[in-house]
Amino acid sequence: MCLGIPGEVVALLDSDLATVSVNGVVREVSVGLLTDEGVDVGDWVLVHVGFALSKIDADEAALTLDQIKKLGQTWEDEIDAFSQTVIR
Amino acid sequence: MRTEEDALNQIERARGRKPKLTDDQVTMAHGSGGKAAAALIQAVFIEAFGAPDGEELRDAAILDLPGTRIAYTTDSYVVQPIRFPGASIGELAVNGTVNDLAVSGARPAWLSAGFILEEGLAMDELRAIAADMRQAADAAGVRIVTGDTKVVPRGAADQVFITTSGIGVIPEERRLGGAQVRQGDRVLISGPIAAHGMAVMIARGNLAISAPIESDSAPVNHWVEAMYAAVEPEAVRWMRDPTRGGLGTVANELARDTELGVLLDEEAIAVAPEVRGACDMLGIDPLYVANEGCFIAVVAADAADAAVAAMRAAGADQASVIGEIIADLPGMVAVRNGFGGTRLMDMLVTDPLPRIC
Amino acid sequence: MKYVDEFRDPVAAKELISTIHHLADQLGRPWKFMEVCGGHTHTIYRHGLEHLLPEAVEFVHGPGCPVCVIPRGRVDDAVWLAHRPGVIFTTFGDMMRVPGTQGSLLQAQARGADVRFVYSPLDAVKIARDNPDREVVFFAVGFETTAPSTAAALAVSQKTGVKNFFVFCNHVLINPPVRAILDTNNVKLDGLIGPGHVATVVGSDHFDFVPEEFHVPLVVTGFEPLDILQSVAMLLTQYAEGRCEVENQYARVVRSGGNAEARRMLAEVFTPRDTFEWRGLGEIPYSGYRLSDEYMAFDAETHFDLPGDRVDDHPACQCGLVLTGQIKPWECKVFGTGCTPENPIGTCMVSPEGACAAYYNFGRIPTLLANR
Repeated sequence: MCLGIPGEVVALLDSDLATVSVNGVVREVSVGLLTDEGVDVGDWVLVHVGFALSKIDADEAALTLDQIKKLGQTWEDEIDAFSQTVIR
Repeated sequence: MRTEEDALNQIERARGRKPKLTDDQVTMAHGSGGKAAAALIQAVFIEAFGAPDGEELRDAAILDLPGTRIAYTTDSYVVQPIRFPGASIGELAVNGTVNDLAVSGARPAWLSAGFILEEGLAMDELRAIAADMRQAADAAGVRIVTGDTKVVPRGAADQVFITTSGIGVIPEERRLGGAQVRQGDRVLISGPIAAHGMAVMIARGNLAISAPIESDSAPVNHWVEAMYAAVEPEAVRWMRDPTRGGLGTVANELARDTELGVLLDEEAIAVAPEVRGACDMLGIDPLYVANEGCFIAVVAADAADAAVAAMRAAGADQASVIGEIIADLPGMVAVRNGFGGTRLMDMLVTDPLPRIC
Repeated sequence: MKYVDEFRDPVAAKELISTIHHLADQLGRPWKFMEVCGGHTHTIYRHGLEHLLPEAVEFVHGPGCPVCVIPRGRVDDAVWLAHRPGVIFTTFGDMMRVPGTQGSLLQAQARGADVRFVYSPLDAVKIARDNPDREVVFFAVGFETTAPSTAAALAVSQKTGVKNFFVFCNHVLINPPVRAILDTNNVKLDGLIGPGHVATVVGSDHFDFVPEEFHVPLVVTGFEPLDILQSVAMLLTQYAEGRCEVENQYARVVRSGGNAEARRMLAEVFTPRDTFEWRGLGEIPYSGYRLSDEYMAFDAETHFDLPGDRVDDHPACQCGLVLTGQIKPWECKVFGTGCTPENPIGTCMVSPEGACAAYYNFGRIPTLLANR
């Protein structure tokens, strides 16, 4: 793959650089590829070979986890409904 | 076309062969503690010196003297930088040799120290290293009783290289080795892994990473003694310290020595969060990263809890059971993860390098 | 770790797996899904997903490992460059062990070459700045994910007047090999698990051609186990609902249009080559980047009179068939015997992300246990 790791921006530096923390492991990373979106301290970014490639969208992450849960429960509900009819 | 089963059998036969030395020059891989190093030792040193009689290749030689058995070991230290968070080359040189003796079942007693010094090394640096060694020896309860010094021209060595040898006495009732290990035995570890290797890699500075990671460098002999004090001596079957090559490589040595399978539980293997962060950032598997202050022990299943409790009481507060010996998969190491999947873990081939993919 | 651990929840995984089993039963036929990216291959094996899914669902491991696809002739060129007097040769750690016909970079280092691994192309530029009297070459590999970083390093070098930094460019593009595989008539793929990190740059829209031209659905997917399981469920659901389209499972990171700034950098610094050779797949038109005319002064290929010899893949190697899903890794004649992770013959065994290395390291175990 192209190894990409989520990290939190903890400081903005000069010349398109930022300090990013992965579990307390800190490195200077270029945010020059995110000038269109802009980056702030506290943002989470996907880091690849010393560059932030993308901002991580917390709402989308929550939505995906929600969809995963719903998708997983589709059949659970059916099983539940089925077992309830049997009990009746 | 061959079946999957045929293919797998062929792999096992190929894996069972002694590693072959194909290089015509020494590369850094030959020092990594993995397969390349094993091939070098086999093809050059065993070839020339012969193998110890009917013995597994261990961290120390076990020698029978009239009325006593001793463990005798030697190890060289060339770490760069010579100082890094958590330890220095001096502390490492003492603890490493103490630990090789301890995991042979011996009570470490005497050490020798040989120094190769590069012309121009600051005298204060050398004094500091010697002080670190004295402090480490005191902490481990050993004495440095003899030594040697050589100075080489600038560039012929990198600051300082240290070789320590050690002797320890093995209490009569202790018997360790692959032949003692039984199916169902538990695999224990004295603490979290991968801190030393990551601390050194980061301290080299070329990755421009900073992290609050300190080497785990420590003597393990007190924990070994605590464990022996808590269980019957024959309940302790096999020990090793997972230095270069990491837990993954040592577990493979265990599987090979016993001709049984080793099943590790990844969730039970402690890795500090910042160590995990550094490993993830660099694409490195913590199971292959070097340690300098922990050991793994195989103990009888009914003694495992007592052994862990004794190690914890002696200060190894993250000691835990991380796996068991199984009859399936002889000679192989399997790692079960929290997700329900299982993977095979081979020996390290060469030192882990940061990767992008 | 945030955005990692949530996507490894075993309970949610079990539920997803049962949904996938139901969907597969309902649809009642076998499925071949290709994960394009080596990172997905790695996740599938590392977490044992292949054996948690119904037998009807089969993964075909695709060509998306940038280390594996570099042909032997290019590795020879890299070793040759590393041996030029005065050169500091910088590379990602992954490339150090990859064998050419003249050995690997690790062996070149042992013969006296100054080879250094870097974490980022910017680190290579820094080495050039710190060593003004040396020529510093960066071995640039990777898909559109990695290429913008090389581009940014070149842009910085040009702006700040660095004259001793050179790039040996081996960047490749994702769509041409995907197209080449879909064009292969020997294998019918039912869906693609799309490369999530390439898509951060190129955007999920970049893959619209897959359903439009080949009538194969594609789901852009993240790299955690739940991501891949959800993606499989999404592919099956498309069939259940009679759809065939590009969907984005990895919306927390991937936008439909990708990263416009990164793509601007690519267009400025690189030009597609007429053709580029892929290990195992052969020559593919317009599948690689070279430096654009504006950046030619930084091009290691022109600055150093590279030999540039083409070297055929090893005759016993069947990587091409593995990469196109025509055979399984273990069906290759040399798999696991002549070709192993420590002595790889073929591309798929070179990196831990390669299909054969992943199967060798992780994939064998359920079969071994089942055979007992």
